[in-house]
Amino acid sequence: MTSQTTNPAPLGPADTGRQNKITAMLSHAAADLGKNGIFLALLAVVVFFSITTNGILLRPQNISNLIVQNGYILVLAIGMVLVIVAGHIDLSVGSVAAFIGAVSGVFAVTWGLPWWLAIILSLAVGALVGAWQGFWIAYVGIPAFIVTLAGMLIFRGLALITLGNSNIGSFPQEYRNLGNGFINFPVQVGGQLIDPVTMAIGAVAIIALVVQQLRTRAGRMKYGQDVEPMPWFVGKLALFVVGIGAVTLALSSFKGIPVTLVVLAALVLTYTVVANRTTFGRHIYAIGGNRRAAELSGIKTRWVDFYLFVNMGVLAALAGLIFTARLNLAGPKAGEGFELEAISAAFIGGAAVQGGIGTVTGAIIGGFIIGVLNNGMSIMGIGIEWQQAVKGLVLLLAVAFDVYNKNRAGVRTRR
Amino acid sequence: MLPTTGHPQNNDVRKGSGTDVTQNILEMRGITKTFPGVKALSDVTLQVQRGEVHAICGENGAGKSTLMKVLSGVYPHGTYDGEIVFENETVEFSDIRDSESKGIVIIHQELALSQYLSIAENIFLGNEVKGPFGLIDWNKTNFEAAKLLARVGLSEKPTTKVMDIGVGKQQLVEIAKALSKEVKLLILDEPTAALNDADSDHLLDLILHLKQQGITSIIISHKLNEIRKIADNVTVIRDGKTIETITRTEVSEDRIIKGMVGRDLEHRYPDHTSHIGEEVLRVENWTAHHPQDNQRVIVDNVSITANAGEIVGIAGLMGAGRTEFAMSLFGRAYGSRISGTVYKRGKEIKVRSVAEAIQNGLAYATEDRKTYGLNLIEDVKRNISVASLDKLVTMGLVNDNEEYRIANEYKKSMNIKTPSVMNKTGQLSGGNQQKVVLSKWIQSDPDVLILDEPTRGIDVGAKYEIYTIINRLADEGKAIIVISSELPELLGICDRIYTLSEGRITGELPTEDATPEALLKLMTLEKQR
Repeated sequence: MTSQTTNPAPLGPADTGRQNKITAMLSHAAADLGKNGIFLALLAVVVFFSITTNGILLRPQNISNLIVQNGYILVLAIGMVLVIVAGHIDLSVGSVAAFIGAVSGVFAVTWGLPWWLAIILSLAVGALVGAWQGFWIAYVGIPAFIVTLAGMLIFRGLALITLGNSNIGSFPQEYRNLGNGFINFPVQVGGQLIDPVTMAIGAVAIIALVVQQLRTRAGRMKYGQDVEPMPWFVGKLALFVVGIGAVTLALSSFKGIPVTLVVLAALVLTYTVVANRTTFGRHIYAIGGNRRAAELSGIKTRWVDFYLFVNMGVLAALAGLIFTARLNLAGPKAGEGFELEAISAAFIGGAAVQGGIGTVTGAIIGGFIIGVLNNGMSIMGIGIEWQQAVKGLVLLLAVAFDVYNKNRAGVRTRR
Repeated sequence: MLPTTGHPQNNDVRKGSGTDVTQNILEMRGITKTFPGVKALSDVTLQVQRGEVHAICGENGAGKSTLMKVLSGVYPHGTYDGEIVFENETVEFSDIRDSESKGIVIIHQELALSQYLSIAENIFLGNEVKGPFGLIDWNKTNFEAAKLLARVGLSEKPTTKVMDIGVGKQQLVEIAKALSKEVKLLILDEPTAALNDADSDHLLDLILHLKQQGITSIIISHKLNEIRKIADNVTVIRDGKTIETITRTEVSEDRIIKGMVGRDLEHRYPDHTSHIGEEVLRVENWTAHHPQDNQRVIVDNVSITANAGEIVGIAGLMGAGRTEFAMSLFGRAYGSRISGTVYKRGKEIKVRSVAEAIQNGLAYATEDRKTYGLNLIEDVKRNISVASLDKLVTMGLVNDNEEYRIANEYKKSMNIKTPSVMNKTGQLSGGNQQKVVLSKWIQSDPDVLILDEPTRGIDVGAKYEIYTIINRLADEGKAIIVISSELPELLGICDRIYTLSEGRITGELPTEDATPEALLKLMTLEKQR
């Protein structure tokens, strides 16, 4: 974590130590609030809707629904934020999801292939779709906006052709688990139904988080890096632990852990590491920050662009599978508007329109904010027309806040 | 011809007492302009007489362009100290439109024309000729444009697209545009840098012609023969200070060169004796063509060598092909139809991509660090590691603690002034950004380090530090190639200097035999036509 310590004004010797600590704490708080503003925004939205819905929002069943209903958007948001960081955009993901849903229907239902083979083949087709778009973007040099706008039409068309004027339905149960399966072994304890497996997984997640945070902190300290003051660190960690614990409790008293959540958690972990700790991920940021400088630093920008879209294709395919599995139906209307929700999630999560900035966690939180808005307003009985308007406004304000913040930091203004 | 608007007798706007009217159309007094970390101008004074052609001379980075940007309102009033008096009136411009409304028009080095619009549209861009209902009157626009084109001696149709005419003619369109704004003081920043001889001559004649019509001109130029031809007075600027103003009778190329470079060489460059070893790099018959126009030769059959521990300079004027040579060599980052051979320690190497060039031990630190060198929105640490990230990878993952440690080592050894290596690179001053660029390339551990204008736009103290680093790298046995348009810099740090003109090597001098005068002569040597 960056510590933006401003130089404190010179003070009397007696005061200095304590004052320094306080200023350090304050500047940490300010810097963290700027950086974690997105978490606070999510918290605010959650608090707001739990009040306006009389607590329905936070009921176990609703929390479980929130995760399952938004799973496919979040999967898309992960790929989308990387595409945006590299300075591109992908408008085709909704159509690609629909196309892959249809293709998987052919594999799993029409052809009757085993469910696992159908899934693997579908993901492979997604990779091919991504390679097709990546080729035009990276090696022909056509702007991603155009290529994926074309892709939006092409793959919507191909989805309709594949479906041949009808829906494909009734998928094998294993396939359907991807969208609405749960890991649960409910046990009756004193009139209350709880799930020890869910609890155990939650506990493991909490322990893993704490251990990982402590190790990172120790590693940084060993190298003499600035770390957050201990109380701040502990406080933040405690907040996360409470959050995970609460969600675990809720899930264990409903149906257990959704399979979608397991897939999502694995993706978030993997892609956070990819973005921060692999050369591929670092190169994405370098390209988005300054493409010419990246080229002149020996980065194979075309190669990175190409695989970025292959990756996006695979994730769009996965989103299509989850959506199809949830509905137990591959239909022509699947995936409409997904691209806009995914793009909004990335931008609300702090990605910069010009590229170079954005995080996987930010995009996930952004996706949850949209999810809670959708869900909360639906519970309140607000019509779809107002939901659209509110979501649009939130996107606009989020980006405006971001632009304001950057101007204040003075990084973007000098060109 | 249109009635000229620049006649002094028509245009005296006298404010204040109105009695003490001087000969001067413009006086800039005590102009001081600071950028974060750099004092670009310090107490600069400039006096321009009505109806003259006034030349401003100075090396790259001396502050000429900054001074003109202050004058034309690009840097608005309040961002600099000092006073500007134009036509006996103190003026405070808040933007470029302000200065244009007073009749000061600047024509920048990079022409500000829209390639896809016609000549007439460009001339009246932002100043459209309107008819009834506020609609653009195209007939009148083209008619007026034709009259302006006649005035600048350009025989093109007003409806021709700007992209279809050459750079020389585009320059004339810019001047026509200035005339349409009723210019009184025309500022030309390196107007002939991109022009061939015939176009240059035509342009200079035009400036003299405009002078007869009463238009005062300020011309910034490196080309001393041009200055001698047209300038009435020459002001020499060096290191952001006015050195002197030379009148026409005293103007000579020697005098100007002395003013431009005449500085205390001893204290500006650290003492250094090179220990020159075996040959590390040999480039033979390197030729590169323009990236879009692959018939145009930009780098013409260049052959050079560089030895271990040696600092080799490449001197050349703007447009000589220095950067183009270096970038085409560095993994074909510039140009088309590139040919030639490269040897490292006697063995031929391939440099078909930047990655391959880096693998083969080449490094190129760009002259334009903001556009080509740095990711300004990223922190210092990641900018340093980006060209050699593979070195930090264990088991597929980047070791970011190690990355932090290395960045901190550079922070210390290169004296990069930043609170932390986690700060954004865009927040650093120019000199410190340059140190980040150097750190990046040192970390890639090259055998040959090409430094393109390594001290451009950075202050004197930081320059000294950069020179010290260059010397240290040479002492470690690397071959260093320094490209610079500052001759004293090359003379101060290099062992051997090549001169480049029109893409060709025109000379090679050991530094002890080289003088600025001799180098300038070689740098301006033109191809026999």
